[in-house]
Amino acid sequence: MYKTAIEVRNLCIDYKIFKNVSIVKNLFHNKIEQQDYFHAIKNISFDVYKGEILGVIGKNGSGKSTLLNAIVGIFKPDDGTIDLKGNSISLMSIGVGFNEQLTGRENIILSGMLLGFSEKEILSKIDDIIDFAEVGEHIDMPVGTYSSGMYSKLAFSITANLETDILLIDEVLSVGDEKFRKKSLSKMKNLISDKNRTVIIVSHDLGTLQEICNRILWIHDGELQQLGTTEHVLDEYRKFML
Amino acid sequence: MKTDLTHIWKYRKYLFYAAKFELKSEVSNAYLDWFWWILEPLFNMLIYYLIFGLVFRTPEKYFMVFIYSSLTMWNFFSRTVMVSVQLIRFSKPIITKVYIPKSVLLLEKMLVNAFKMAISSVIVVIMMILYKVPVDYHLLSLPYVLIIFFIFTFGCGCILMHLGAYISDLSYIISLVLNMLIYFTGIFYSIGERFPAPWGKIFELCNPLAFMIAQMRNCLLHKHSIISPAMLCWTIISFILALIGSRIVSKYENSYAKVI
Repeated sequence: MYKTAIEVRNLCIDYKIFKNVSIVKNLFHNKIEQQDYFHAIKNISFDVYKGEILGVIGKNGSGKSTLLNAIVGIFKPDDGTIDLKGNSISLMSIGVGFNEQLTGRENIILSGMLLGFSEKEILSKIDDIIDFAEVGEHIDMPVGTYSSGMYSKLAFSITANLETDILLIDEVLSVGDEKFRKKSLSKMKNLISDKNRTVIIVSHDLGTLQEICNRILWIHDGELQQLGTTEHVLDEYRKFML
Repeated sequence: MKTDLTHIWKYRKYLFYAAKFELKSEVSNAYLDWFWWILEPLFNMLIYYLIFGLVFRTPEKYFMVFIYSSLTMWNFFSRTVMVSVQLIRFSKPIITKVYIPKSVLLLEKMLVNAFKMAISSVIVVIMMILYKVPVDYHLLSLPYVLIIFFIFTFGCGCILMHLGAYISDLSYIISLVLNMLIYFTGIFYSIGERFPAPWGKIFELCNPLAFMIAQMRNCLLHKHSIISPAMLCWTIISFILALIGSRIVSKYENSYAKVI
């Protein structure tokens, strides 16, 4: 049987619609404002096999990004478990947690460490990352001065070059100008085709998903609508959306 | 507790680089660069000499060293506390994108402040040499006081970091509290001796900052032993505070990203 890379069991994630508590405001009001819950993920269970490419689809607001954030450890599950089986994991999305006051080079080092890489690994790969990002001399200037294109290119370059066992991609298959986009698409295909790497992609681009995914997970309003082969689920999804 | 410590050990390289880069960036914008780390405490010292030495003519022995060493410790505490209240909000770009134990965020700020405290301490040492302050073996208990102080600050920082994520105007309140506390902490005068008895002695025992700063002076200036039941008490309380603080932060840390 295939080895599993990720096991998700009975996952529930809620957002508290938290109205920021202000002590001063509460002194003047009689009751503390109530908290409402929004159930973003409702009792989802599934397995992801090692080396597979899983696509995640669903209409906007159905919980796809929340699911990825939970798997990578940013959100704590309110119920249920996520078992990563000891694999290293990274999330590729817009912005990878840069500190705007630090330079690009410094951010590469810090981001790399936060993604779990050792100092040695990062320093050996740092030149590749800088070359790939194509930001020129700006690499030694504060990230706060970058244009949004440069910012995304650097973010992409870091996650694409520091290769983790599990890769989560959140609607960011390619960024930057035409030249960078071609380069990043081929790098992505390279990363994804590595048989040992498990990939979960969230995207609205059904064509690309059809091309590269083994299975598709369809989430609707926080619930697992369908999980099956690419052809089958995409068919159902298209019928549903039209 | 064990998982907290192994966490911190795992992130030790990150802590080192993050603190180093932050100090570098603070200084790269200033014209005089790293020199400000020395200039700022030096200028402060000049002002205190004028006010407390010449205008108020404070009777504390070696008052310059008295004031300056107390201020060094106080600055570490107040800077750490002020930054920890807003820390979660401030770190939003990082914590919404990647996992990092929040106590590591606090420790990084403490490292930066500890570095600044170290520079201030060098000036204290220079002053002690200049004023020919006599020291003896009691100086050896200074590291103990500083370690307990560090642990106490860490505990307070964790708790405030947690509360600050949920309560938006906590930073104003903390700022007010610190402003008041500075006068009840015996930095510019000895509370034990100047406040009307018995309140002076009571304040010095009950205010943890006043207590620890007074103990620091005991080692450094007064050649007095720091071994006392009160010291033991505050040691235990500091450890408990740090334990509770880091426990709370680990428990709730993955919920912060949803709130900010």
